Amino acid sequence: MENILLAHGGGGRLTKKLIEEIFISELGNEVLSKLDDSAIFEHEGGKLAFTTDSYVVNPIFFPGGDIGKLAVYGTVNDLSVAGARPLYISLGLIIEEGFPIDELKKIVKSIKEAASFAKVKIVCGDTKVVEKGSADKIFINTSGIGKIISHEISSTKALPGDKVILSGSIGDHGIAVLQARAQIHFKSNIESDCAPLNALVEKMLSSKNSVHAMRDPTRGGLATLLNEIAKSSNVNIFINEEKIPIKEEVRGACELLGLDPLYLANEGKLVAFVDGKTAEGILSRMKKDPNGIDASIIGEAKKGKGTVILKTKIGGERIVDTFSGEQLPRIC
Amino acid sequence: MKYIDEFRDKKSVEKIADKIRELNVSAKLMEVCGTHTMAIFQHGIRSLLPEGVKLLSGPGCPVCVTPSSDIDLAIEIANRPDTIITTFGDMMKVPGRRSSLSKEKASGKDIRIVYSPTDALNIAKENKNKNVVFLAVGFETTSPTIASTIKEAADSKVDNFFILDSLKKIPEAMMALLNMGEVEVDGFLCPGHVSVVIGSGPYEFIPRDYGIPCVISGFEPLDIMQSIYMLLLQIKERNPKVEIQYKRAVKPTGNLEALKILFDVFEAGDSTWRGLGKIPGSGLRLKPEYSQFDALKAFDIKADETIEKDECFCGKILRGVKLPTDCKLFSRSCTPENPLGPCMVSSEGTCAAYYKYGRK
Repeated sequence: MENILLAHGGGGRLTKKLIEEIFISELGNEVLSKLDDSAIFEHEGGKLAFTTDSYVVNPIFFPGGDIGKLAVYGTVNDLSVAGARPLYISLGLIIEEGFPIDELKKIVKSIKEAASFAKVKIVCGDTKVVEKGSADKIFINTSGIGKIISHEISSTKALPGDKVILSGSIGDHGIAVLQARAQIHFKSNIESDCAPLNALVEKMLSSKNSVHAMRDPTRGGLATLLNEIAKSSNVNIFINEEKIPIKEEVRGACELLGLDPLYLANEGKLVAFVDGKTAEGILSRMKKDPNGIDASIIGEAKKGKGTVILKTKIGGERIVDTFSGEQLPRIC
Repeated sequence: MKYIDEFRDKKSVEKIADKIRELNVSAKLMEVCGTHTMAIFQHGIRSLLPEGVKLLSGPGCPVCVTPSSDIDLAIEIANRPDTIITTFGDMMKVPGRRSSLSKEKASGKDIRIVYSPTDALNIAKENKNKNVVFLAVGFETTSPTIASTIKEAADSKVDNFFILDSLKKIPEAMMALLNMGEVEVDGFLCPGHVSVVIGSGPYEFIPRDYGIPCVISGFEPLDIMQSIYMLLLQIKERNPKVEIQYKRAVKPTGNLEALKILFDVFEAGDSTWRGLGKIPGSGLRLKPEYSQFDALKAFDIKADETIEKDECFCGKILRGVKLPTDCKLFSRSCTPENPLGPCMVSSEGTCAAYYKYGRK
């Protein structure tokens, strides 16, 4: 099997071969294929959103996804929840010497599929190769540009009276990655929820400006996201455990391993704070999207000073705190 | 989820909550076990109890009561060449006097998280040229599996596997707490998992000698609510005794097979508890015939137990006679990021809860 050599990152003949045979052959388009130092594209005016994120997930292939798909959807989702329509994405790869080229091809194929599914273009890229041991297999950075298609959506804009909508079940990605790690011996059918949310978001946005705050609960999970919004918007958030969708297998894994699903990572979910009067309407539009079928109103924001309170299934109440430290490293 | 949802049924919980209110008893109850502490927090059980019923979090989180001197020993061993430290994940963040295992791991020491002592033994078998040390923390729940791992190591003649022994016994710690002086605990919610192994006998001295009711409880919300009710009823009727609520798992005699394996390998010895000091007979020591697995002997090191903080109020907080806010260290030198006593090390311990949620 062919492996990545340091020379693949050296800028010479092998680099050119790698770019042409692996990247351009799969990802080429009218902008990327020019191989210029910058991508140049048309812009029709208005506001833009710009984001960046790096992906170091371990393992790089996991049930329901891989690092390539994650890198595309992660950036698509960061743009989407800001009220933007994702347009262009950059692709930066840091590859460890000795990495199998077949695996690289698999990742690039997955990136191609993800970009085409999410209707975004990869317009520029970069590849570096580092000595064995200086990186773990492959790291990916993606940046993305999107066109703002809504009024301002921000973590600071949640208001008392807003309903909290969660787009589907939580914890799938966290458990999928955990079970893919060799050192934990358990098997299940749980797959990562890794998915693009731009189509779902477009269904949610309307002229009424009723989506006030929106985020995707990735690292740190739902609990961390709610705490951040509660503090940024200076509201208390009351959520109802009964209304939070969690798959049976995810619950089982959490019970066994002593994990709290509220803190598990997701890669295809969003949480929106919407005007109370419009919540039901938005919810029914969300349910028409494949990534919003299980959407649920899980609670509401009230006047307060940044506390998140969970009504438990048995009718008790408890504070949901920000997680300190890491529940699980390198999940995205 | 089957066999879980039945014990988290809202209507049944409400019924017991009503019965608890009807009893109209004020009491301070201690949940001895850390898993109870977490379950009480997770399900918001405090919010379902009447004003007069207070829950105190006890010393039963094995990680939290591991003294900093034991963490220091683990770190000292981690610094030896060709050594792998294996540990349960929750030990990683527990502070020693200068460092923690997670900080040492970050600086390059070979420290690995395992889910069971058998995994640690397997690492030893796969790394014949290294010394593998398992940090043995836990109560009677965990210690039989550690004992059986040591037996297996002896049978298969593994000579590169050792344990750093911090194993502890619960009833002796409860006795020590009760003997420390004034106690304002009206009832003990006794640990379920520990009692699966030891049974109900070892708690009998508590109602007999101290007149304090005991109920061995399961871990689901319905178990805990029912156990609280049973304790309050004993208090109301002035009829202290040991009762088993967790009947589906606990027999009065315990698990004789587990006890046999445990005491084949270990014998009672003194042990140091974070915040409580040395408690006679509260630890489990390897018997002489298994002493080749003792990391202290193998690495010829000794615990330096002199600097355990005596200004720490955890002993008094655990007995219900002081509040975290009475302690000079609280929120000054002792915080959730830099905890000193067990009540702060446990994320839902009394001091940590006071600090984070301003619990009263």
